[in-house]
Amino acid sequence: MTSSMLLGITTIAYLVASGLYIALLVFRVKKLGTLATGLTAVTFLVQTAAIILRWMESYRMGYGHPPLSNMYESLVFFSWATVIFYFGLELKFKNRILGAFAIPFAFVSMALASMFHPDAIQPLVPALQSNWLFAHVMTCFVGYAAFAVASGLGVMYLVKLKFQGKEGLLASLPELRVIDDIIHKTIVFGFLWLSAGIITGAIWANSAWGTYWSWDPKETWSLITWFVYAAALHARFTRGWGGKRIAWLAIIGFVAVVFTYYGVNFLLSGLHSYGSG
Amino acid sequence: MKSGNGKIMSGKNKNDLWAFFSSVKLALFTFFALALASIIGTIIPQGGEFLHFVESRHLSSGTIKVMQALSLPDMYHSWWFVGFLSLFAINLIVCTIDRFPNLLRLVRMDNIALGVDRIVKMPQRRQWFTAAGVEDAESFFAAKLAGFGWKVRHGAHDGHTLLFAQKGPWTRLGVIGVHTSILLIFVGAIIGSSLGFKASLMLPEGTTAAQVYSSGNDNATIPLKFQLRCDWFELDRYDNGTPKDYRSELTVLEDGHEVLKKAIEVNDPLVYRGITFYQSSYQPIKGSYAVEISDKARNLSHRFFIRPGKEIKWPEAGVGFGIVEQRPLYPNSIRHKIWFNDPAGDPVEFWVANGSRVPVVRGGNKYEIVIKQMYATGLQVAHDPGVWFVYAGCIIMLLGLYVAFFMSHRRVWVVLTPTDDGRLKVNFNGSTNKNRVGFDNHFNHMAEELGADESINLTRE
Ligand code: HEM
Repeated sequence: MTSSMLLGITTIAYLVASGLYIALLVFRVKKLGTLATGLTAVTFLVQTAAIILRWMESYRMGYGHPPLSNMYESLVFFSWATVIFYFGLELKFKNRILGAFAIPFAFVSMALASMFHPDAIQPLVPALQSNWLFAHVMTCFVGYAAFAVASGLGVMYLVKLKFQGKEGLLASLPELRVIDDIIHKTIVFGFLWLSAGIITGAIWANSAWGTYWSWDPKETWSLITWFVYAAALHARFTRGWGGKRIAWLAIIGFVAVVFTYYGVNFLLSGLHSYGSG
Repeated sequence: MKSGNGKIMSGKNKNDLWAFFSSVKLALFTFFALALASIIGTIIPQGGEFLHFVESRHLSSGTIKVMQALSLPDMYHSWWFVGFLSLFAINLIVCTIDRFPNLLRLVRMDNIALGVDRIVKMPQRRQWFTAAGVEDAESFFAAKLAGFGWKVRHGAHDGHTLLFAQKGPWTRLGVIGVHTSILLIFVGAIIGSSLGFKASLMLPEGTTAAQVYSSGNDNATIPLKFQLRCDWFELDRYDNGTPKDYRSELTVLEDGHEVLKKAIEVNDPLVYRGITFYQSSYQPIKGSYAVEISDKARNLSHRFFIRPGKEIKWPEAGVGFGIVEQRPLYPNSIRHKIWFNDPAGDPVEFWVANGSRVPVVRGGNKYEIVIKQMYATGLQVAHDPGVWFVYAGCIIMLLGLYVAFFMSHRRVWVVLTPTDDGRLKVNFNGSTNKNRVGFDNHFNHMAEELGADESINLTRE
């Protein structure tokens, strides 16, 4: 069993789990929810095993580094972090329907990883041989995972709002007030991690190149993302923004995240182009 | 507690300008302005790449002039971008000063002196009656609240007996931590750019430098107060040819005396007198080779930087040698034919693969010889006295964010009021500035336990 095979299984299993959560949303059969959560939990364990295995494989190949060094590995980690974050929410709010708006992110990022990025374990160029790099990637991606879920919840909010009053399908969604609260808490959580991610990145850059900030496009985009969420937070706690506007900001913020993480590598050039591998 | 109140309490002479600079509306505006402006800078290549960009797009000279007038080629240092950053900083300073007195008042407030009519209207509330006496009730609540982890203070006014306890009043200052940390980072950045420098240096093996070259537009030379020598450069590759490690052995000299030696690598720089030397690149010096020979019997060792076809003497060991021929050796490498002579016998010739360590046995003596491409090591040089402010700001920001987001100021009161029918009215109240749901749960749990306790028999009516 190699890590690649396990990750292949993971991708398919998250697709099925996404389907089950969406079916739960549509048909509201309790059993589907149990099944979806069960499958996601098992898949998560398989994925965890795959990540550990990949780490061990890199040692066997003589490279020896945590599996967080390129686009493929970071997409896998993003998917993993999204699921663990989602489980936290499911436990806290005792609501499985949230899964329909979160687990698809885990699937999509696994699918992107396996379709568009080579899964070979690569040696690290010297600049990447730093513990700060791994702290940086980890903190960023925990934040990104939270923002992904927040945007999913933002969509959930807008959908529910649109069909408000009509019984049926969407009656099983949590109340608007509750969704709004979860979105806010999720953004707050993500913001703390994104801040930590930007900071660890700056420390790493300073230890490798002697500049903690050089306005390279990826750095700049992470700052733009940070500003968007800072604006969302301030609008909420000082001007009382909530509901629709925060839902939209959660979505816009995540678009900025996707661009920072994915778009910048393909559309702009800079220090971080390592990620394009 | 929100802005309206704060403005009255802080007692400043508010003029419109102050109100403008302290408003969160302005903050929201600068957030978006900075975000949008930064996008421009990521689309239009900055610095040296700008010219290439305008050429490849065939932009008209008029457009280029406008772009240059707006400093777009170096946008992040342009007057208007720095202007936005300054606006942001001023906004933050004014806003913080504006709200500080109110915040401090909330932290230090005497919650016992707070009017009873305000206390009983707090968001979390319960009301009971009891036949117990004031003293019994007071000690009951004090003991129970202590059991729940609250440190109770006692007080009385207007015929009411009060108990009060709070947790984390200081957590309200978390916001201040976050906001000042940003200013601290700005201060660090300003110190770094005005008192520090960024420079680079290409230093061939075996050579010494006493100056570096500024990375700024002027490429000025910056003299060092000491000398730096590169003794050796080593490059390791992975099997697939990509660089695995490169390291330079550096020596710092003061007035010709060696004072410090360190081998640096990427991510592991040399620091001397506040100046940091980062391993950043390397460059082969075509046609030159670095040779290290050790004489095992006499325990001598020496390094030479040579060109092929010339005899090199090492008088100390009585050795003479040179490269007489070179041939390619599988892709990416070469081998060298060495001519070698010492007092032990006739000269010999033998092949040595580039970079490998080869023993040479001569009579009773043994030498070891290694020969490799000669390099210049590429160093980034930085002097940044502001970096510790920046790091301190980063740490304070993370702590402050944690406090601001996840910790709250929670307060509970018990008010005992004698009623006309000789009983006691008990008001149990609470408030929190954050995490309402969590506090609600805690409060309800306490209220339930208090209500269920039979020692003073609390009743609803
Ligand atoms: C990107 C930079 C900034 C960050 C990271 C930041 C962060 C924060 C945080 C974490 C809070 C506390 C939220 C809470 O209480 O739950 C806060 C509150 C606040 N911030 Fe900022 N802030 C920033 C910039 C600014 C600026 C420029 C202003 C200028 C007016 C500002 C004004 C305020 C105000 C008025 C509050 C509310 C304080 C209160 O409720 O007493 N912030 N900010």
